[in-house]
Amino acid sequence: MLRLENVEVYYGVIRALKGITLKVEKGEIVSLIGANGAGKTTTLRTISGLLTPKSGKIYYNDQDITYVPPYKRVGMGIAHSPEGREIFTTLTVYENLVLGSYLRNDREGIEKDINWIFSLFPRLKERLSKPAGTLSGGEQQMLAIGRALMAKPQLLMLDEPSLGLAPILVEELFEVIEDINKQGTTILLVEQNANMALSISQRAYVLETGSVKMEGDAKELQENEDVKKAYLGA
Amino acid sequence: MFSLPYVLQQFINAIILGSIYALVAIGLSMVYGILRLINFAHGDILMIGAYTGLFLLTLYKAPFAIVLIVPMLVGGLIGVIVERVAYRPLRKAPEVALLITSLAVSMFIENLAIMVLSPRPRRFRIPSFLSKSHFYGAINFRNIDILIVILTVVLVVVLTLFVKKTKIGIAMRATAESINTSYLMGINVNNIIMLTFAIGSLLAGVAGMMFASKYGRIEPFMGFLPGLKAFVASVIGGIGSLPGAVMGGYLLGFAEIFFVGFLPPQLSGYRDGFVFLLLIIVLLIRPSGIFGQAEKREV
Repeated sequence: MLRLENVEVYYGVIRALKGITLKVEKGEIVSLIGANGAGKTTTLRTISGLLTPKSGKIYYNDQDITYVPPYKRVGMGIAHSPEGREIFTTLTVYENLVLGSYLRNDREGIEKDINWIFSLFPRLKERLSKPAGTLSGGEQQMLAIGRALMAKPQLLMLDEPSLGLAPILVEELFEVIEDINKQGTTILLVEQNANMALSISQRAYVLETGSVKMEGDAKELQENEDVKKAYLGA
Repeated sequence: MFSLPYVLQQFINAIILGSIYALVAIGLSMVYGILRLINFAHGDILMIGAYTGLFLLTLYKAPFAIVLIVPMLVGGLIGVIVERVAYRPLRKAPEVALLITSLAVSMFIENLAIMVLSPRPRRFRIPSFLSKSHFYGAINFRNIDILIVILTVVLVVVLTLFVKKTKIGIAMRATAESINTSYLMGINVNNIIMLTFAIGSLLAGVAGMMFASKYGRIEPFMGFLPGLKAFVASVIGGIGSLPGAVMGGYLLGFAEIFFVGFLPPQLSGYRDGFVFLLLIIVLLIRPSGIFGQAEKREV
């Protein structure tokens, strides 16, 4: 479904991605794990088009999208819930969700999906007409994910969805992510909480200073001694 | 002391002037909200609107409805062209580069106007049914004044509904909050920016017509001072905020008229200086304006 081939990205003169090659198959949950500054967020931002690679190619459903502008990638089925939530704080919860469905025109489908989001995150329904900036951190995270889902994506990219959430909410959140995946959405997940991420993923990539250091079956990586030592705090 | 009719007359004058400032301030404020650009060329759109109106009136003897609508459209079109040619190539440049470019665009338009239209001021005469005055004792106002106020209210209400209720309006507010996140929603940000310039310039175009109708005289530099004052108005209201721009426009209208009307006449020559003094005071006391929010910048 998604393929990155030797993607290099620069911030000014700094080479942030040093030739990343990875793929995501339809129906999978794939995790990117690694320390701060390893290039996880940069990888997601490059896939959604906010950053343009200096070299390398990005293919989506066998189509070269390396230079497709970001807003068109949303229309192709790629949704990105960015790092730090980035909800529109001055807009209401409802308006945030509407923007998630910006490119869709099926009124009924949109209504149905908003109700589906409310069934996933009942708390959002109570806050419907409140400015999103007044939500708690956890609620904002739900809104960010719900907003990305409103695009009805084939590929959903989540950047640090558990950041700043209470442990009980994290469990709940990961159940929802598995749920979304079971309903047919492919997921590319970036997480600090590597253990959690690996436990719901089929495959994973370990990034280190802009390169793929290891890749493979998520369960195997979870048992790998190096990974354990470096990222799972064992 | 001042008589009641005199005070009322000052109120009326203030509302008329405030309406024009409000219309010009909206465009400045909306553009600033998205691009963090103080568009110095905005006042020149006002001038273009006024000249367009003049030619329609004198050369084509066009009906006044057309004289109102066409300058709006021309203003909007020029605004879009300026954005496309001068500002869009600088999308990734530092904000100060945009600011300097807008100064250059302003000088370019003004000097082009001098070359093409001559620097000589021209009389701007509106049809007689619009210059007809109503007298109520010592109070008087003209039909054009009523038109200015009503048209401003209608435009502000329509624009507010558009920005509040429509999907594109929501997208405009989203883009003002974060361009990158708006991209992730599938919003074509360039189109939204273009639309913002179109709307703002449209209002500046019609404000130019109002300005010309009110003062009866136009010249190539006529947009400079109203442009600066609209900037002051949008800062007072909280730059980036639509209700703030409207409120700021009217507040400035009142401040300026009252300054001239109620202080000793020797001071009235300082009315423009007073406006900028007001700006300094507002910036000292409440830098983010009445409706403004503390700046949240993307890093």
